[in-house]
Amino acid sequence: MIKVVFFAALREQLNCAELEVNAGENTDSIAKIKQLLVEQNPQWQETFNNASLLSAVNHEMVDGSHPVKSGDEVAFFPPVTGG
Amino acid sequence: MSVLSNNEQLRYSRQIMLNQIGEAGQQALRNAKVLIVGMGGLGNPTALYLASAGVGNLYLADGDNVEISNLPRQILFSEDDLQNNKADVASEKLQQQNPEINIEVIDEMLDAELGPYYLDLVDLVIDCSDNIATRYLMNQLCLEHKVPLIVGAATGFDGQHLLVDPRNPDSACYQCLFPASEKAPVNNCQTIGILGPVLAIIAGMQSLTAIKLLTANKVAVNQLSLFDGLSNQWRQFTLNKQATCPACGQA
Ligand SMILES: [Zn+2]
Repeated sequence: MIKVVFFAALREQLNCAELEVNAGENTDSIAKIKQLLVEQNPQWQETFNNASLLSAVNHEMVDGSHPVKSGDEVAFFPPVTGG
Repeated sequence: MSVLSNNEQLRYSRQIMLNQIGEAGQQALRNAKVLIVGMGGLGNPTALYLASAGVGNLYLADGDNVEISNLPRQILFSEDDLQNNKADVASEKLQQQNPEINIEVIDEMLDAELGPYYLDLVDLVIDCSDNIATRYLMNQLCLEHKVPLIVGAATGFDGQHLLVDPRNPDSACYQCLFPASEKAPVNNCQTIGILGPVLAIIAGMQSLTAIKLLTANKVAVNQLSLFDGLSNQWRQFTLNKQATCPACGQA
């Protein structure tokens, strides 16, 4: 299993704090996990198509091509630029 | 470094009492030159904390005037200050709080022309701006001048904090986090809203990092701190320097 967590405004926007996906070929990268989440939740499409969404695997910031394996924790959170 | 006066000894006694600060740390704060970019919701508390703590030379930059919708969170300003330049008003208030420090007002937006002049003068830049263009520019200037940069940002209930230290060859930069301008987020406080205490928490974190850095205490680069004001939780993420980064990468 892969644990997927949503932080900050993203959690509110999706109304979801965390979920699990099965580890496998369709979830072996950040980009594929995003794709799967949108397939399962079409209403999330706009959120996950936002290129500035930040992602981390096991608390390390990574980009979309980063590999993901069983037991990993994947985090998504929004960028913040205001002040 | 000249010794602290009796008045300074008394005024800063609770800071000097801390082993990590001491007299040497207080002298370092007095000698420090810090540029704060943006005198809005983050810049207000940051400038107030650094001025009160005895940071000896502050450069405050903001081209905007005080507006009534600023007052719930930009706590240095009052109704009498409406339509006056933010950096000007902040300087006046801070000099009342601490007449012993030097404050220089930059009453315009720092741009690529004006920026380098100030980067040559200062030891540290604190990014309290409200837009991605200024954030990229400050990052670029700090890399070029090898000046550390403390980035803070807040919108809604969320905040982020990152220290970039170009003196450290392994330090990631702001553009390692947001690599390309097309990836740059557009959200800001005008479209999402913001609460004063969320800004205060991030500004407090920026001020704390600044004081630790200026007093030669340990500070972490490559660490993005994320604050969630609804759950009151902080989370830390490791950020790595990107070889492909357009700002700090090898190419
Ligand atoms: Zn970089």
